[in-house]
Amino acid sequence: MAKKELLSIRSIVAVGIGSALFVILGRFGSIPSGIPNTNIETTYALLALFSLLYGPVAGLLIGLIGHTLKDFIFYGSPWFSWVISSGLVGLIIGLLVAGISIQDGVFGKREIIRFNLAQIVANAIAWFAVAPTLDILIYAEPANKVYTQGLAAGAANIVTVAVIGTLLAAAYAKTRTKQGSLRKLG
Amino acid sequence: MRARMLTYTKQDSPVHRLSGAAKLIVFIAWSLTAMITYDTRCLVVMLLISLVLFKVSTVRFQDYAFVLYFILFFFLLNHLAIFLFSPLEGTRIYGTRHDLFHLAGRYTVTAEQLFYQLNIALKYAVVIPVALLFLLTTDPSEFAASLNRIGVNYKIAYSVSLALRYIPDIQRDYENISFSAQARGIDLSRKEKLPRRLKNIVSILLPLILSSIERIEKISTAMELRGFGSGRKRTWYMGRPFTGRDYFALGLMLSLAAAALIITFYDGSRFYSIF
Repeated sequence: MAKKELLSIRSIVAVGIGSALFVILGRFGSIPSGIPNTNIETTYALLALFSLLYGPVAGLLIGLIGHTLKDFIFYGSPWFSWVISSGLVGLIIGLLVAGISIQDGVFGKREIIRFNLAQIVANAIAWFAVAPTLDILIYAEPANKVYTQGLAAGAANIVTVAVIGTLLAAAYAKTRTKQGSLRKLG
Repeated sequence: MRARMLTYTKQDSPVHRLSGAAKLIVFIAWSLTAMITYDTRCLVVMLLISLVLFKVSTVRFQDYAFVLYFILFFFLLNHLAIFLFSPLEGTRIYGTRHDLFHLAGRYTVTAEQLFYQLNIALKYAVVIPVALLFLLTTDPSEFAASLNRIGVNYKIAYSVSLALRYIPDIQRDYENISFSAQARGIDLSRKEKLPRRLKNIVSILLPLILSSIERIEKISTAMELRGFGSGRKRTWYMGRPFTGRDYFALGLMLSLAAAALIITFYDGSRFYSIF
């Protein structure tokens, strides 16, 4: 390994496959939560996990590319303010969890708390502040409407990532071999 | 669960013959213009132009009909929400008030509100035909080449083309996993209680994500072995050079955008008022 690039081949592929997963889960993976008009968007659990695995740049790109393609393919035209917010969620989570080495199977209590703090910060910034503000700037929609929408979506996403994202990350960590897990016999 | 998606179909029309990069630039410039302007005159003209383009492109109605229902439903919901949350937003923006009739409580229908919501509707309506057209007339294989051509790093362009390439595969995987899970009694619908439903989602997502991660390892190893990313540039099999027709379309788009922006900001305000 000579010099570490911003985008390794592995992250390039992760962005591609991650975006494809984002598209499919965004279309089929929304589960009714029981509260009207609020769905459990499993995509954001996926986005959080991939930011954790492949870092902030990959997270940003998966959010941007995945969301744009999803809107394009299934709804005809992208909703730019929310596309940008999705990218932001991936970026912020990736930046805040940089120290967690889940590749080595480390995902205990401390890492779970850190992961969740990161995702709460990321979702709060993106959905409570950035998405509604962009809605107002781009589409001049009424402030109270977009902030209510953002609040509902952000809260739903935080809960989704907290439950599904954490479970997925913990399950993934279990499939990895811990460092120094070899034991000398006899 | 066969979901309809918007896909490219091979046809021949002036719009199909434009190179992918030209169409991408036109689409981006068009969306930006529609985002910035709130001038009803510009929006109406843009809408008319986009409808003409649609006619010229000869795309078939059944290729995109299903999204129109989605869009229409979303439109209505959004407009209802805007009115419910802020019935006097139009008055706030345009600074005048002409009451038409009173509904109940704080809900009065004003001419300003109707005009404001008409403008919002137009803003969406203007982008949709062009976005649809871009998607329906651009070969996905050419898309990555176009992104690279307008200055996006080729590695990122390649991720986009990987995503487009693997969407059908991952959809098939998702369907297989979800059907076999359902056959074993794992229910995701409203019939199951919420905590149980969440647990069931995880049992479908986990195999999908783990197999995808494995796929990422495989593909990236293969790409590494073939020396992907060692050069500064790369060439594209599907890349097409610009022709006169592309320059013509770009010139037209630029003058349209410039005209729209000048008209919009001529009187110093983003909003055009008839009051």
